[in-house]
Amino acid sequence: MVRPYAVTKGRTLPSGGASFGLIDVVVATSERQPQYLRLGPEHRRILNLCRRPTPIVDLTSEIDLPLGVVRVLLGDLTSEGMVQVLSTQKQPMTDERLLRMVLDGLESL
Amino acid sequence: MDSNHYDGALPGLGARAEVRAGESVPSTVKILISGGFGVGKTTLVGAISEIRPLRTEEPMSDRSVGVDDTRGVRAKTTTTVAMDFGRISFPSGLVLYLFGTPGQERFWFMWDELAIGAIGAVVLADTRRVADCFASIDYFEHNGIPFIVAVNCFDGAQRFEPDDIRIALCLGPEVPIVLCDARERDSVKQVLVSLVRYVMSGNRRRNQISMA
Repeated sequence: MVRPYAVTKGRTLPSGGASFGLIDVVVATSERQPQYLRLGPEHRRILNLCRRPTPIVDLTSEIDLPLGVVRVLLGDLTSEGMVQVLSTQKQPMTDERLLRMVLDGLESL
Repeated sequence: MDSNHYDGALPGLGARAEVRAGESVPSTVKILISGGFGVGKTTLVGAISEIRPLRTEEPMSDRSVGVDDTRGVRAKTTTTVAMDFGRISFPSGLVLYLFGTPGQERFWFMWDELAIGAIGAVVLADTRRVADCFASIDYFEHNGIPFIVAVNCFDGAQRFEPDDIRIALCLGPEVPIVLCDARERDSVKQVLVSLVRYVMSGNRRRNQISMA
């Protein structure tokens, strides 16, 4: 048991100004060796969990670390090219095709 | 199958892509469930989706500074929110997330986070405590987020006509008001369907205006 931001060495914001939306999808790349980063156990857990494309909110829930901490760790991994953000949430959400998919999905529940 | 399939050549990923051919990347969308404390937000989310926990420990924003009294607590720069969310996975590969908005005002910063890119919001109302949902309605109106009002009809709660509720909440004629039972899956499903239809009709209206 450590204080939440201990695993990020006190950093509360991701490096490089990266932003990670709650429902953005991330995936691990095949990059194995970081150049500048010393991988901690939490980094490795994230890499393991996102071997398949995974929404950040699911990743955070699964790993049971606070969202802010997961974001900092993801920032480390993306700046090393070890993780890639595949989709980002758009503002506003007005994609007609996506809305139709939601409607069809709900109605067939 | 309507989900995005990648053939391994992800933009910017080049040869390092580890997304295997044919593996689907989920399309993700979210809807906010809002309303006063104890109105049934968690019940509603649980009636239709798998509930999962989410921990956040966020740097305190300007908004929460001054609300969270930190005098005498040196260097308290984060605040903890424990919340949960609902997840519905559709066969199409689409995943719909339902986020209940945290109740206390010191968590406003979390609302902004949740609202970015949301389809819209359901404001759950209890006719015995109508004023409890004023803050939610103000927030969504102010931020231009489409919302509908769902009146949770508890056992024994006095029934009101939607028109009376519209007047009590000062809602414009376009905002849908639906009656629901937050415990019933079918009822919750209808609430969400109403929201998505409302958002779609709003988009069409805006498109027509911009084309005119």
